[in-house]
Amino acid sequence: MKAFTYERAKTPAEAAAAVANNPGAKFLAGGTNLLDLMKLEIETPSHLVDVQDLKLDRIEETSDGGLRIGAFVSNTDLAAHDRVRRDYGALTRAIVAGASGQLRNKASTAGNLLQRTRCPYFYDTNQPCNKRKPGSGCAAIGGYSRQLGIIGTSDACIATFPGDMAVAMRVLDATVETVKPDGQTRRIPIADFHRLWGNTPHVETALERGELITAVTLPKPIGGTHIYRKVRDRASYAYALVSVAAVIQPDGSARFAVGGIAPKPWRMAEAEALAPKGAKAVATRLLAGARPTSDNAFKVPLVERTIAAVMAEGAKA
Amino acid sequence: MTATALPAAALDAAQPMPGAKPTTMPVTLKVNGKSGTLDLDTRTTLLDALREHWKLTGTKKGCDHGQCGACTVLVNGTRINSCLSLAVQHQGDEITTIEGLGSPDKLHPMQAAFVKHDGYQCGYCTPGQICSAVGVLDEIKRGIPSHAQADVAARPAVTNDEMRERMSGNICRCGAYSNILEAMTDVAGAKA
Amino acid sequence: MKFDTPAGTNPIDQGKVVGRPTPRIDGPLKTSGRAPYAYERHDVAENAAYGVIVHAGIAKGRLNALHLDEAKAAPGVVTIVTADTAGKLGKGNMNTAKLLGGPEIDHYHQAIALVVAETFEQARAAANLVRADYARGQGKYDLEAALPGAPPVPDPNANDGKGPKIDKVGDFERFFASAPVKLDQKYTTPDQSHAMMEPFATIAAWKGDELTVWTSNQMINWTKGDLAKTLGLPKEKVRLDSPYVGGGFGGKLFLRADAVMAALGARQAGRPVKVTIARPMMANNATHRPATIQRIRIGCDKDGTITAIAHESGSGDLPGGGPETAVSQTKLLYAGAHRMTAMKLAVLDLPEGNAMRAPGEAPGLMALEIAMDEMAEKLGMDPVQFRIKNDTMVDPEKPERKFSQRHLVQCLNDGAQRFGWSRRNAKPAQVRDGRWLVGMGVASGFRNNMNQKSAARVGIDKQGMVTVATDMTDIGTGTYTIVAQTAAEMMGVPIDSVNVLLGDSSFPVSAGSGGQWGGNSSTAGVYAACMKLREAVAQKLGFNATDVTFANGKVTSGNRSADLKDAAGLSAEETMEYGDLAKQYQQSTFAGHFVEVGVDAYTGEIRIRRMLAVCDAGRIINPTSARSQVIGAMTMGVGAALMEELAVDKRFGFFVNHDLATYEVPVHADIPHQEVVFLDYPDDTTSPMKAKGVGELGLCGVGAAIANAIYNATGVRVRDYPITLEKHLAKLPMVA
Repeated sequence: MKAFTYERAKTPAEAAAAVANNPGAKFLAGGTNLLDLMKLEIETPSHLVDVQDLKLDRIEETSDGGLRIGAFVSNTDLAAHDRVRRDYGALTRAIVAGASGQLRNKASTAGNLLQRTRCPYFYDTNQPCNKRKPGSGCAAIGGYSRQLGIIGTSDACIATFPGDMAVAMRVLDATVETVKPDGQTRRIPIADFHRLWGNTPHVETALERGELITAVTLPKPIGGTHIYRKVRDRASYAYALVSVAAVIQPDGSARFAVGGIAPKPWRMAEAEALAPKGAKAVATRLLAGARPTSDNAFKVPLVERTIAAVMAEGAKA
Repeated sequence: MTATALPAAALDAAQPMPGAKPTTMPVTLKVNGKSGTLDLDTRTTLLDALREHWKLTGTKKGCDHGQCGACTVLVNGTRINSCLSLAVQHQGDEITTIEGLGSPDKLHPMQAAFVKHDGYQCGYCTPGQICSAVGVLDEIKRGIPSHAQADVAARPAVTNDEMRERMSGNICRCGAYSNILEAMTDVAGAKA
Repeated sequence: MKFDTPAGTNPIDQGKVVGRPTPRIDGPLKTSGRAPYAYERHDVAENAAYGVIVHAGIAKGRLNALHLDEAKAAPGVVTIVTADTAGKLGKGNMNTAKLLGGPEIDHYHQAIALVVAETFEQARAAANLVRADYARGQGKYDLEAALPGAPPVPDPNANDGKGPKIDKVGDFERFFASAPVKLDQKYTTPDQSHAMMEPFATIAAWKGDELTVWTSNQMINWTKGDLAKTLGLPKEKVRLDSPYVGGGFGGKLFLRADAVMAALGARQAGRPVKVTIARPMMANNATHRPATIQRIRIGCDKDGTITAIAHESGSGDLPGGGPETAVSQTKLLYAGAHRMTAMKLAVLDLPEGNAMRAPGEAPGLMALEIAMDEMAEKLGMDPVQFRIKNDTMVDPEKPERKFSQRHLVQCLNDGAQRFGWSRRNAKPAQVRDGRWLVGMGVASGFRNNMNQKSAARVGIDKQGMVTVATDMTDIGTGTYTIVAQTAAEMMGVPIDSVNVLLGDSSFPVSAGSGGQWGGNSSTAGVYAACMKLREAVAQKLGFNATDVTFANGKVTSGNRSADLKDAAGLSAEETMEYGDLAKQYQQSTFAGHFVEVGVDAYTGEIRIRRMLAVCDAGRIINPTSARSQVIGAMTMGVGAALMEELAVDKRFGFFVNHDLATYEVPVHADIPHQEVVFLDYPDDTTSPMKAKGVGELGLCGVGAAIANAIYNATGVRVRDYPITLEKHLAKLPMVA
């Protein structure tokens, strides 16, 4: 880990400015992913701006009946919030399917959105990786890629976004609120928050330099049966091979977002429209153009089967 | 508790960073009920602060990357992985380590239950398991939801599946899981 | 003391302490965080500097240059060790690859330098400033590609120690060809990592030319010798201390880079140095269980009698390394007149392959016991009955040689009854529980008992406390407690009057912890020392040594009695050695493993529902810790069956998933309640303890029992471990 200086900002604008004004600076929230990467010198900030004193740790009701979740709300507090459990069950389910109790107690809402890929070649600094060192190549392509992406990937990178929480937020049409170093705020739909890798896999989100996430808002509840189904080798404390967040309505209409397969939670309105035709139709549309490797080709049928499982659960409810 | 002095030579050789603030900072922690302040390299994790500076080696380093749970401690009553936390993030925090739960002559009920049910073998993951187990029973009591619940809106109960799921961030390669569950059940039952 | 005739009645048979479920005497220290592990010895090495290892970034080739300038100039750096500064190093007898690389690199993440600094943070940062220029060499990393051209190897587990290249009895080929029912299948097991929770760690300190290392090691005397040999020191100049070991599973049998680099670092820095190997470096830096490709052929009569059985296995290792002896159990487990076992060993440039818990039998039974299940199905026989039918009470290769004891049939029958085996539907894919496909599986467990010479010193103090000292280790196996039980039984004192000191190379040389020999062998050594001490006590207190009893802290003969503490100051040291009873009798341990699994009909995910092991492993000295050994091994068997695989990058020659996030081992949620039954038949041919190994038996066969349960649930046979969902997903019934 490279040496760094540390400060605690007092306001979001001050934090944003502190990072914008220092080319080596990064925000520090829970630290559960950043410190992991700093120890391996995959991340090498020379200055950390700790956001724990910014009072971003509250969950409030919005005027339209939705929720505004502070960026620093811990994963545990978010999952345990009464309104979230009751009205946004997919979100609680997704969060508690991720990581471990200890990590969820520390990890923040914004940090969860910003967590980086778990591609093992990204994590091994001896190996070329376009995400870690732009232009160096991708060792994962042609390597061990069982966990990696099957769609939305590129010739530069086949990594996935590894999170669970964001998959549920995608299905719930969340919005990411930010403040920029100049004090301007903006609202980024979750659909636009994570980028596809393209030729610049090191650029992972729509955030600009110094732009700080202050909150995530959820629109008013949409009812329905909330499901988060995570498929993994071991029963807990593992990243998803495939996960599906879903809200299924009594009339059979449904929303699906899929995790574990792409650079972002994967959701498509055209696919959801096919829900009455069954899981195969939905999955086929959702995965049109998929480019799996021989190691992870199984994720294509697995997505279909997992959606089928989710539909069956929704029908039962 | 005194400051850990860096040798003069090390300070002289410090990287020239124009305009840089110092990369050591005073950190005050209340560890097992006793406040102390140390001047620490900002890079020092809470885990290394405890093990190398406070010399409380009961908290273990199994992976240093949040992948095993051996470093679990209670911070302000809540369990976290101390390896993925910087000491400077915890100014003024109350830290309870395995040493703070009990001592060989006066074991905490969870520690005693681990001995009774042989909930450990090599002992290396054990402090983390015990701190986590204490945290888990409290989390269930506080109604924190888990993946094991059929209905996440409901209050969780102390069941085998609940405890297994919630303890899954603590790996035991010796495989004492079945016995750990019995130890926790014993403690939870005694409490109820 | 030499053990060369079957044990008669002895004080251990009283069973006042030995054989009773006993909480670990090290429990209060371990559960309160007070048991000091290697890296934690602030008490012994004040002012220790921190060493961080620099690991090779290629699998094979040469270091053209190692640029140290930046690292040397970094804050806090004290010194940097490289092959150039280390001088000439030897290589330990037990090591295949050298522990400090350069200029030649033998495997990925081999140590190439140690950066020593004032603090851990400084050392880690400076280690990242070391720049290595490599000339990448051509290596071989693909076992399947390398095996066809690989030579056959002798079987080191053969009974005469150096078996023939191919062990043959009768005429396998002819009788297999003519067998009415035949099976010929290929099975594979992957490379696996020990993944013990405590990383390799050592603190080293020199006093003149004498070196002390506080380290984490299973085999004190081997490692003392290998450290001396590596550093070119006389063995007596080296001391190891390893009182608490945070798991080993074979990973800590040998001298590893942490100890060598700490010793070199401390010498160069002129002060104590502590070194641990970072978790992400462990899988490639250290040893692993090698992958195997196995072929099994079984020929049977229609009544289920095995007439011909062959087991061949191929594995790979670095030049000079050894094979994974996956055929061992097939030589002894089942009858059959015509037999053949053979192994091949390919040269691979992956990290060093070596022993991991139950080497040979663990992967061998994963294959053999699927084959037995497949054969039972072909025969239309119940798999329990098929195994029972082919049980043997003699060594099938040497029928004149009997098993000392063998209760495999009872393990299987008892297990079947307890588990509700009769409720199993022999036709696969018939049982549903909601979305779960449910199946049951069985496998035999088998692992040889081995005895090793082992010594101890036992003394009595003024309070009547008995102190045992031996360099034996407790790696979670419960050694502290069984040693205390043994001494308590022998000297007639309660267990809390026994003090046990372990793991220090200045103590008498023990068997060490490996090959499931530690429990029986080390306690037999304590028995020998206690016998000698009893004689000395009797003599000192004026008793006739032959009719004296030791009980309740007193020494009694006839009407006369004296306090044991009256013999304070006496101590005795003795070694237990073995004659050839193990040659006369085949000493083995047996188990029946029963498993019920659920397979998600949609996703193919596999979850364990129930597990039972019935074990036949001689006298069980401490049923509490023995049970823990077995449930722990069963848990490791779940990992082997369902998730553990070091994924090989065949282009660059390394294990890709080299941390605990990506090399998955079972977690709490994977493991249901586990049941263990010990048959507890004392075996008088093994030692005066009449015990056998049990720590590895619990793993042997579990993987196959799970595989067979999965097949019973799904009807899809998977022969390649681990059984991850993609291996049967496409063949599961459609659900959409």
